[in-house]
Amino acid sequence: MDTMTRLDGATEPREAGRRAGDRPARRFRLRAWATIAAFLLPALVLFCLLVVAPILLALYASLFKWNGFGVLPTDFIGLDNFTRLFEDEIFLGDLWRGLLLIVLSVGVQLPLALGIALLLNQPMRGRAVYRLLFFAPYVVSEVIAAVLFTMVFSPEQGLANRILTAIGLEGLTSTWLADPSTVMYTLFIVMTWKYFGFYMIIFLAGRQAIPSEVTEAAAIDGANTWQIFRHVTLPLLGPTIRIGVFLSVIGTIQLFDLVWVLTGGGPIHTSETLAVTMFQYGFARYQVGYASAISVVMFIISLVFALGYQRWVMRRDIEGAITGMKDHR
Amino acid sequence: MSLGRRSAALFAVAALLLSGCGGGGDGGGDGGGNQAGGAETTTIEWWHIQNIEPMLPVWDAMAREYEKAHPNVKINITPIENEAFKAKLTTVTQSGEAPDLFQTWGGGVLDQQVQAGLVKDLTADVAAWPSPLLPLAVQPYQIGGKTYGVPYDIGMVGFWYNKALFAKAGIDEPPATWAEFLDDVKALKDAGITPIALAGNAKWPGHYYWAYLAMRVGGLEALKQAAETKSFENPDFVAAGQQLKQLVDLQPFQTGFLGAAYETPDGQAAAVGNGKAAMELMGQWAPTVQRDAAKDLGDDLGFFPFPAVEGGKGTATEAFGGGGGFAVGADAPPATVDFLKYITSVENQRRSVETGAFLPVVQGAEDAIKDARAKVVAENLAGATGFQLYLDQAYPPAVGQQVNDSVAELIAGSKTAEQVTADITQTAKSE
Repeated sequence: MDTMTRLDGATEPREAGRRAGDRPARRFRLRAWATIAAFLLPALVLFCLLVVAPILLALYASLFKWNGFGVLPTDFIGLDNFTRLFEDEIFLGDLWRGLLLIVLSVGVQLPLALGIALLLNQPMRGRAVYRLLFFAPYVVSEVIAAVLFTMVFSPEQGLANRILTAIGLEGLTSTWLADPSTVMYTLFIVMTWKYFGFYMIIFLAGRQAIPSEVTEAAAIDGANTWQIFRHVTLPLLGPTIRIGVFLSVIGTIQLFDLVWVLTGGGPIHTSETLAVTMFQYGFARYQVGYASAISVVMFIISLVFALGYQRWVMRRDIEGAITGMKDHR
Repeated sequence: MSLGRRSAALFAVAALLLSGCGGGGDGGGDGGGNQAGGAETTTIEWWHIQNIEPMLPVWDAMAREYEKAHPNVKINITPIENEAFKAKLTTVTQSGEAPDLFQTWGGGVLDQQVQAGLVKDLTADVAAWPSPLLPLAVQPYQIGGKTYGVPYDIGMVGFWYNKALFAKAGIDEPPATWAEFLDDVKALKDAGITPIALAGNAKWPGHYYWAYLAMRVGGLEALKQAAETKSFENPDFVAAGQQLKQLVDLQPFQTGFLGAAYETPDGQAAAVGNGKAAMELMGQWAPTVQRDAAKDLGDDLGFFPFPAVEGGKGTATEAFGGGGGFAVGADAPPATVDFLKYITSVENQRRSVETGAFLPVVQGAEDAIKDARAKVVAENLAGATGFQLYLDQAYPPAVGQQVNDSVAELIAGSKTAEQVTADITQTAKSE
């Protein structure tokens, strides 16, 4: 939103007043607008068709009781689907589980990724190999990763339990994904394995953008390693960390494929996410109206978070970008 | 003016893109009656779920033979995996279209498709066919006295058990009553054998237990009535849930069964195939899947029908199961029904049955069954005094899924028998 108002600065009153009588400039401006419109149109049409229209359609369908057959729904029920959501144990559970995963991701996965990124920034033998190895899981498709881990965590023949038994830790063996009380943590282990490499790479990139003069200067001033990290590296990594948190939270809200293949949301809904519940209602129960309501709530949660986060947390980072654009115009 | 030319070109590109999208959109469903020059060619879009051996090549061959005999007919086959098919069909039917010939299991989903005007009424066509279909097999596809689908396979659910493990636990013959069954489970446990394999995560295998117990305790009529009145608040269904709870309390299932799938290498079928568990409650396909997921138990694998419950209204000869069938899209070309007739003929039924994948749905194809275990199922089915379609197919999809979900919760110990009937009723009422 900010970008839009700033980009069409010409319509702002103070500038408009100054240029009111300036005819050639106005014609030029008009022609420029025509060019912009012509260039934007194809993308805009596709965007409307593929992004805006489905959102509006989902919004519309969420107000109906609809089994998905026929072209458009007819049985209008107002906001009943939404009131039903807040009595739905599974949906409310989804919110809690989503929150748990977000807290774990931001509290455990990202610090882990940051730690490894800083370690891999140190000069050491085989650094490139380590970087590659840690990043590799992110390249693997979600489905392959999930199938792999259903085997690793298989209660009887799984690698995890066998290794624990072999090193004398029988007490730690578990039924992992098959137990309602451990399934979320097991899921989180898989998520961490799958995604921490991505955050590691962006943190590493952020760390390498920090000039070594800064840390050297701090060292000369007598700062110890912790102080350098706490007062120099960490603040300078701020923008990278903030975008990392943002991607992590949005990704967790929309988590589907990993869970779907790993557990299907089970046992007894204890690992369901919003997206899995939506799929279950839409494609297994044929309650497309209700499923649309879930998707609308997902959309609203993501949107509110994204806008709020950009407004309050990433404000400085984004302002920098826009100021830069203004200068280039 | 250069700008004008540029934007004109852009508009042209945009228009092309748009028309491209539009053209792609309606290519999926219709396919009927393309008029090419003088000769009329009819294309039949056929979606089936036999995406693997042995039936994939057999159906392919039948389609090619039909094309040869009818040069003006072209059959486009799309084989899709079971679960993917359901999702794909849902997406297509949302546009108000359906393939010309497509997989159906009858019951509640077919009913919804009928109400949406997506499928053709086949009553008159089927009545005129030379090979009579078994009434039991057609039943799931009849809605309001009309036939909307034609079966190609029929089967029933029962206990598949490992005779060697039963002997090891000192059990001489399969149980005839639920009380005997529970005793056998205890005997197996005492002998250090996992009595039952269950795919807890798949949910549908668990619903077989509740459904059969509901049939045995409350009778077929009670299940039918529940669907009509949309109320499952029947003391008999609660009793059925409690009987199931008794079984669950014996902890008869394999380690980690709540997370187990059905056909994976560490799933339900493999546990029985590997001889790790003594039995499973499963449909006629169980031996095939055991062989694929683990190994074939051979003559050690036996079959017994679900035991009777003492004092219940149902009998042990009432069968629970289902099959596969085909529905014809409302706008399908007439050749579709003729082709369906062709693949359902006695000769072609025999070819399908000989692969061991299906049990016959037309009279006169029974002797094509080669496998001894398939014969046992067919005999039980032939002697059945009543038939109940899988509950997750018979009822509207939401109710069917609720049955699966609630029974899974009962088995996991998080819901009581009373809560199960209350939850199913609540979903049924909201449909």
